[in-house]
Amino acid sequence: MKTPLLQFTDKGIYCEKAKVYLDPWKPVDKAIISHGHADHSRYGHKHYITHHRNVPIISHRLGEINVAGKHWGEPFLINNVKFSLHPAGHIIGSSQIRVEHKGEVWVFTGDYKTENDGISTPYEPIKCHTFITECTFGLPAFTWTPQDVVLADINNWWAENRAEGKTSILFGYSLGKAQRLLKYLDTDIGEIYTHGAIENMTEVLRPLVDFPKTTLITRDTKKDQLLGNIVLAPPSAHGSTWIRKMVPYVTASASGWMTFRGARRRRAVDKGFVLSDHCDWSGLLSSIKETGAEKIICTHGYTDIFSRYLREQGYDARTEATQYGEEETEVALASKSTATV
Amino acid sequence: MKNFALLIKALDSTNKTTVKVQALTTYFRNASDVDKVWTIAILSHRRPPRPVNTTLLREWASELANIPLWLFEESYHIVGDLAETIALIIPATELSSDKSLTEYLQEMIALKKKSDEEKKNYLHENWKVLNYYERFVFTKLITGGFRIGVSQKLMTRALAKATEIDEDILAYKLMGKWDPNTITFQQLILEENESDFLSKPYPFYLAYAIEDEVEDLGDVTAWSAEHKWDGIRSQVILRNNELFVWSRGEELVTDKYPEFEKFIGTIPNGTVIDGEILPYPNNHIGTFNDLQTRIGRKTVSAALLKKVPVILKAYDLLEWEGKDIRQLPFKERRHILENLFKNVTEQNQSEVTERSRSEVTERSRSEVTEQNQSEVAERSRSEVTERSRSDIPLHLSETIYFTSWEDVAKERERAREMHSEGLMLKRKDSPYLVGRKKGDWWKWKVDPLTIDAVLTYAMRGHGRRSNLFTDYTFALWNDNDEGEKELVTFAKAYSGLTDAEFRKLDAWIKKNTLERFGPVRSVTPHHVFEIAFEGIALSKRHKSGIATRFPRMLRWRKDKNIHEANTLKDLKQLIPGKAQESKTQKKEQKSKESVEK
Repeated sequence: MKTPLLQFTDKGIYCEKAKVYLDPWKPVDKAIISHGHADHSRYGHKHYITHHRNVPIISHRLGEINVAGKHWGEPFLINNVKFSLHPAGHIIGSSQIRVEHKGEVWVFTGDYKTENDGISTPYEPIKCHTFITECTFGLPAFTWTPQDVVLADINNWWAENRAEGKTSILFGYSLGKAQRLLKYLDTDIGEIYTHGAIENMTEVLRPLVDFPKTTLITRDTKKDQLLGNIVLAPPSAHGSTWIRKMVPYVTASASGWMTFRGARRRRAVDKGFVLSDHCDWSGLLSSIKETGAEKIICTHGYTDIFSRYLREQGYDARTEATQYGEEETEVALASKSTATV
Repeated sequence: MKNFALLIKALDSTNKTTVKVQALTTYFRNASDVDKVWTIAILSHRRPPRPVNTTLLREWASELANIPLWLFEESYHIVGDLAETIALIIPATELSSDKSLTEYLQEMIALKKKSDEEKKNYLHENWKVLNYYERFVFTKLITGGFRIGVSQKLMTRALAKATEIDEDILAYKLMGKWDPNTITFQQLILEENESDFLSKPYPFYLAYAIEDEVEDLGDVTAWSAEHKWDGIRSQVILRNNELFVWSRGEELVTDKYPEFEKFIGTIPNGTVIDGEILPYPNNHIGTFNDLQTRIGRKTVSAALLKKVPVILKAYDLLEWEGKDIRQLPFKERRHILENLFKNVTEQNQSEVTERSRSEVTERSRSEVTEQNQSEVAERSRSEVTERSRSDIPLHLSETIYFTSWEDVAKERERAREMHSEGLMLKRKDSPYLVGRKKGDWWKWKVDPLTIDAVLTYAMRGHGRRSNLFTDYTFALWNDNDEGEKELVTFAKAYSGLTDAEFRKLDAWIKKNTLERFGPVRSVTPHHVFEIAFEGIALSKRHKSGIATRFPRMLRWRKDKNIHEANTLKDLKQLIPGKAQESKTQKKEQKSKESVEK
């Protein structure tokens, strides 16, 4: 049997022909990186290749690395295998990785979403034979509301809290979700304060996107300064002493997981906004269809259920175990919520 | 429906009691009277009977969502709530509905009698016109089990705020049998009507568990102590020659316990007794496991009645001669109760004695000689005492005699042999309060039994634990027929760990799954937990042959590997009586050994 163009190994997705890995989870010689989240861009590879908008992100996260930046659609050959990066719409600088050899095309999505969030370059479907897709939210229970509606709800929530003289604390991942929220917060309502993790990451991205002004919360920040304003914090800050000092406050979380009432209650946030950087059920199905692919490989999320459904729809679909998604799903579901005990 | 759905959404999106009460109060101030009655009914678990079974609901929902049934089921396992799953998978439309909560509930009542085709059309039409949250609430009303973190107490508090009627009075008014479909808000809440109160129980007074040292309760002479019986807390009401038996869950269970019909005519009208329904097989207090065979059965067979009869262990008197005496000190209520008990049993005894004496005379005249007549009388007298005890299934929960806290502690040690859960401590001068209040009544349970077991299966939880593996099955070692050690399942538990521990275990389970059976996964035997439980009994219904009562995880024994977990044999040793046996066995063995030496 002929060796497939991409193989799933214990180090990551491997192209034997080019001796290069896609988003490997163990240190390798050459890695093509889809985006900056920690489960996809890990420490310790000798050479990194990624989209140039992701270069500042992974340089910030991983420190001194040997990295080459590419443009959207710019082909590069490694040992006669043609690679190119295409927008995935997940976060700033996130790409799908297209691999072509002798007319056979594979696409690896990393993480992606179909909705244009206005800060990540919007997702583009790429024709291919084999489509390696995430399916974090691969259940019919997930249907996203357009972001305009959700963001308007968030701003209303903030305004209501301000009217009651309370501080609004909004949780979102420090890379991606936080900037998406920040971009659309209505600065007519009040000022935006940030947790250090979010402030630092936003600082890295300011040259790429025009964001509203933020103020880092420090030891010297007075409680009264925060009243009526909004604080952007990573989910891990929930229940920490850092937060407790901000009383009176109201908390909310912005995540696809907020779809579930159980997840919302478990997180013990006052409000859950359903806002995701992944595809919902119909987004996954429509993008798969648009690729024209016959072979589908599901990497992370509700893989077994999703691939079974795809098979029933006539696709040659299967599941491959990877180490993606762990960070995000577990963090989303888990996070430190000591306050709920 | 819109307002009710908004109320549920508001209640659902906060963890703060004050915010919940505020949302409910505002709702009660603005809702129509009929909607108010239905809201009270729903929040006090008085829903109309389920009009559609859940199998059909699943089929029809997946049909409307255009997904295969298996995919619906998988989604349900992950979402963890049927109504929520249905609300999530049905596509949104631009339509809306202005029907009120009452209209919807009346339609649901009417729906029960309709054909499947009509039911399906009704559901499809309504699912399409409701928005996500309304759809969720609508489906919840159909499936039942409205658990949204609002207790009846909380609802009553809000109602008290909205109506400015005292909370305890409202709690009393809301108890008992009433039909939201016929009663008006005026009748239920505002009016005072004596005849309505015929079946009404009083709100139960509930005790807190003692957390600190028992000595901290102060002067021992101010307290009364009795065993804490392990049955069904209930109120037995006798009014107007009618009997009503209420369980603590505010369920009228009169029909389930026909034994108590004997109270009519024996216990005077205008009496309400607070006590515990206990199983009484072979004239001894049984285990909760025995009682389990009676719970949940509406009609009880003669065979079962004979096998597991029940008694009422009375410990308090709330109404006497038609008067509410809850404000009297416990000591005085107890005194009246004891007199009542004495009268009931004596009266009964004298009746029976009367009967047998005439029997004796009857017999003596025909066939018995003078000499042995007294013997016969003696015999029948002892028969009488036996019979009178089992005739009227009323027992008194005896107060314990003690002079020091040490005495009390000693009595607590006897709990397991008495088939009790520990002790109840009641302040002698305390009135009978409403709900769970600290101070006057305390439960002092015996320390639980514990055993170290291996985690073997896991299932996703519900509610706030949906999508997390939090429901576990545990196993103990046992030698199979081939003499090999194998793990035998013995209990399920889903409480006792911190949220952080649950998360860790959830992540581990996802990575260490061996097999999947629908929502259940078998996992690599690796983790050992100390399982605590309140009671233990032999059981034919369990694979292990043992039933444990209220098992939960006490500790995650990370220091132990699976081979250090306990065996089924160890568990069996914990059955009361068995330990005694093994002790004597050991003793015998020891003495044997010493003889050999």
